[in-house]
Amino acid sequence: MIMNFEYVLLIILLPLLSFLITGLTGMKYKPIWSGIIGTVSLGLSFSLSWFTAIKYFFAYGKIDAQGVLGDTFLKLTPWNINWLQLSPTLHIDMGIMLDPISVMMLVVVTTVSLMAHIYSIGYMKGEDGFVRFFSFLSLFSFSMLGLVVATNLFQMYIFWELVGVSSYLLIGYYYQKPSAVSASKKAFIVTRFADLGFLVGILILSYFTQTFDFKELVSPEGPVLGHPITAMFMGTSVLVWSMILIFMGGAGKSAMFPLHIWLPDAMEGPTPVSALIHAATMVVAGVYLVARLIPVYAIQAPAALEVVGYVGAFSSLFAAIIATTQFDIKRVLAFSTMSQIGYMMVGLGMSGYGGHEGLGYMASMFHLFTHAMFKALLFLAAGAIIHAVHSNVMNEMGGLRKYLPITHITFLIATLTIAGVPGLSAFFSKDEILVAAYHHNKFIYYIQLFVAGLTAFYMFRLYFRVFWNTEPHYHHTPHESPLTMTIPLMFLAFMAIFSGYIPFHDLVTSDGKALETHAEYIVMIPAILVGFIGIGMAWVMYKKETDIPDKISQSLRGIYTTIYHKFYIDEVYMFITHRILFRGISQPIAWFDKHVIDGTLDGMGKTTELVSDRIKGLQSGQLQKYAFVFVTGVIILLLSVLYFAA
Amino acid sequence: MNLQTFLLMRHEIILMIIILVMLAAEIFSDDKKNTYNLSIISIILFAIHTIIGYLPGEQGTLFGKMYINSELTVQMKNILNIGVLIVLLQASQWLRKPENEGKTTEFSLLIYSTLLGMYFMISSGNFLMLFIGLETATIPVATLAAYDKYRNQSSEAGIKLLLSSALSSGILLFGLSMIYAVAGTFYFEQISSNLATMSHTPALLALGMIFFIAGMAFKISLVPFHLWTADVYEGAPVPVTSYLSVVSKGASVFIFTIVLYTVFKSMLVLWTDAVIGIAVATMIIGNLFALRQKNMKRFLAFSSIAQAGFILLGTVAGSQFGMSTVLYFVLIYIFSNLAAFGVVSIISYSTGKESMNDYKGLYNTNPKLSLIMMLALFSLAGIPPVAGFFGKFFLFMASAEQGYYYFVLIAVLNTIISLYYYLLPVKAMFIDTNETPIEPLKSELLPKIALVLCVVGLLVIGFASPVFEYLKEISFGI
Repeated sequence: MIMNFEYVLLIILLPLLSFLITGLTGMKYKPIWSGIIGTVSLGLSFSLSWFTAIKYFFAYGKIDAQGVLGDTFLKLTPWNINWLQLSPTLHIDMGIMLDPISVMMLVVVTTVSLMAHIYSIGYMKGEDGFVRFFSFLSLFSFSMLGLVVATNLFQMYIFWELVGVSSYLLIGYYYQKPSAVSASKKAFIVTRFADLGFLVGILILSYFTQTFDFKELVSPEGPVLGHPITAMFMGTSVLVWSMILIFMGGAGKSAMFPLHIWLPDAMEGPTPVSALIHAATMVVAGVYLVARLIPVYAIQAPAALEVVGYVGAFSSLFAAIIATTQFDIKRVLAFSTMSQIGYMMVGLGMSGYGGHEGLGYMASMFHLFTHAMFKALLFLAAGAIIHAVHSNVMNEMGGLRKYLPITHITFLIATLTIAGVPGLSAFFSKDEILVAAYHHNKFIYYIQLFVAGLTAFYMFRLYFRVFWNTEPHYHHTPHESPLTMTIPLMFLAFMAIFSGYIPFHDLVTSDGKALETHAEYIVMIPAILVGFIGIGMAWVMYKKETDIPDKISQSLRGIYTTIYHKFYIDEVYMFITHRILFRGISQPIAWFDKHVIDGTLDGMGKTTELVSDRIKGLQSGQLQKYAFVFVTGVIILLLSVLYFAA
Repeated sequence: MNLQTFLLMRHEIILMIIILVMLAAEIFSDDKKNTYNLSIISIILFAIHTIIGYLPGEQGTLFGKMYINSELTVQMKNILNIGVLIVLLQASQWLRKPENEGKTTEFSLLIYSTLLGMYFMISSGNFLMLFIGLETATIPVATLAAYDKYRNQSSEAGIKLLLSSALSSGILLFGLSMIYAVAGTFYFEQISSNLATMSHTPALLALGMIFFIAGMAFKISLVPFHLWTADVYEGAPVPVTSYLSVVSKGASVFIFTIVLYTVFKSMLVLWTDAVIGIAVATMIIGNLFALRQKNMKRFLAFSSIAQAGFILLGTVAGSQFGMSTVLYFVLIYIFSNLAAFGVVSIISYSTGKESMNDYKGLYNTNPKLSLIMMLALFSLAGIPPVAGFFGKFFLFMASAEQGYYYFVLIAVLNTIISLYYYLLPVKAMFIDTNETPIEPLKSELLPKIALVLCVVGLLVIGFASPVFEYLKEISFGI
């Protein structure tokens, strides 16, 4: 029996509908209705996504069009239309593709989005732009869902940009705040710049392969991978170039070094937005993109995959180091996100295609899933903390465990998870990534092991500073958040604990076949150890107020300030854009535009005016003159026609 | 001849019946106040007539092929009907003014009469028929131009139109006699088959053709035969001006294209050069004059001269595609120009203001009118996504397809110039501020319907590809 998955279209269209309804008519009724409409539509999408996932993974995913049960998960296309026919072979489609990773992403996106929706009803209560907020949130959900089910690169690109726009709109939600406005612009411009690479990559790839379609692109026996492209550019095959350029787009969205500078600033947006977009879904789009094309990377462009791995490893180390010095709790979490995405990229970089070679791929997707749950939880809990003390800075917090019991417990669960404590979800996923790295590249393995320790340290630093340590003087006693906010926390805490027990190696693998995995103690034990070392150091330094952190920062003053200022990367960007681009290139071009081009056009305009003024005498109002012109016109016409005829 | 064949002339017959009914009603009603109600009835009758025009009918010829009825001519008449209907709706507010008391029915009667002439002109298969139609279409227009007979400018417009069209008709008739001298017949079909047998074109025939072109160019107000236009457009009442600039022009373009494509098809090389020359001159001169206008009515009148130059891009192509673009553009042009005229007339009747400076800050007081005006001007200028863009784009394509790249380039440059003056009122309405803006206006129902029709046309026709596909199907090329 074959399952008809056409209803999946509804999962994507429901949030669009809610966006249109709340966006167009939201001001006509009480704001709370927008929240309810958004939440209900997302709730439906959520239920349908889980239903789809269960049906796909456990019943119908391996059954082909003839109804034969195979051993491989298939790429199903329940719905597809030919949207633009560019050439006989090249066309842009709009459609829905279901395969293990897209189904998994449907679940991730709708789950986190639903939690963010419910949470926002409490968190955003009484804000001026309540309706606007919910309509944008729906727009984002629609775009993100369209992105994950894309059947081809171009559809993905279109939704990719839509996601960027919704992110821009939501970061700039508090548009009266100059910092929010500049953060939204920064995010948009940086990711747009990266997307330029993405677009060029798509164009190069499609020029040589004559297709945008994922199925054709990634099928290892298919027309694309079966006939390798031999064209070269600067000593490297064009395919590698295009795959690196496509990864550039992914690196921009996923905040990989050096395109990461927008992510910390993006924390200017409301906290549910940070949880949904800048922790769980949009920022992993880059990982998803690379995963989508993994056969092309692994078989045809291993050099590009190498780049992915190294960029991921460096970013993860870089971000973890910065996270240890930050005081704004959302920024710590932002750098932590960047670091964890680095992990996923490492997983992909350490992966091959098919069989046990694809362990890194499976691990990366596994980590994407667990990370979405515990990182969304961390952000939402951080939101609850901010809600209670009205500050982002950890210096103004402390001892909150007494006032916010639910937030405290859920936050602790998430922190233990990210630290890699055995039994919790991230322990399994991170372990798989480390195993993949251990077998492929020892150097990267040691980096990632060190980062695992750092992660445990900075996360527990955050935890102890907020919930233990010395209690500052609160203006009014912090109190626990309403149920709408704590229910999502509890649900996500549940997911953070137990999502590690989902058998990913059976479900989500590079070639769709089940994979045998077994515990490798040589990797697992050091990972557990560094985790506990990190926790222990944080315990000593931050559980009670001590002078150890100050002493360390004093003795390493130079290094400390460099790290505190995020290695001055923002300043480097400022220097390049202002000093070199604006002054060296933009200003001369502006001069040319103002004086030469405008001057020419002004001259043309003035000439036109002048001629127009000169010929107005023709219109004298005298009938005999009109007749004269008429007859003259006939004669001129006649002479010229006779001349040409002869 | 039986009833069945008579129905081939259903457009003409129904219109004649409406004319007779209205005439009788006018004569037998002695209550002067009722004349306004009569004009409402006439609008309703005409609306019914417009709808009947769209019902499917048979094709064929009458009176020994003097009269031709094809799907193409039917649709041309239907396009004109839409224009006339909108003009009538817009005029209703103006007809209510006290100075028009007692002559409201005349207005619609005269409009119907000229329209009847245009029907015959479009359906003609013979030069004599064409000439009769042309004259029937012209003389009532002269009367219409002088409708405000106590206003000097209006009566001047009437007499000027009459005198200049006498000259052009004379030249046209002179040309026709030369054609007869060479071909020995007035029937389109026979002329073209006679010409096809000739080894070279006689000079006399070329002379006749040029005279014919000049005569038609006068009707379409193409440069240098356009000089009457400014005085008449300015002097005539607004509804008459909008009628002249849209319906009258459209009908003449239609028959001009048909004759060039049928009668003179063997002389393609000769007339394309002549028409291109005229078109270029028309676009440039029309634009240069429109550039200076500060009075909205004059501004629209002059811009309509330039628009006529653009229409010739389709005529010159000489292909099926070319003819369909002419029809399509005229259809869109009716909606865009009448939308603009509609807004101008509403403001002019209610406040008497016609200068572009008075339009400053209009958006603050009359947002709907401003938006409609903006759409109309965008369409005239050819800015997507309004229908006018598609109209112009297809015209350019038709011409470029035949390899007239320089011609298209000149046309594109002229579009840029026109962009400047079409955006001036938009700037005045939306950006400029005014201390004494036009107060919020409430327009009557009928002009409102007219504007809604125009806006729907502007927004829908560009995207409704079946419209263009259908027009292309019924068109023919050389």
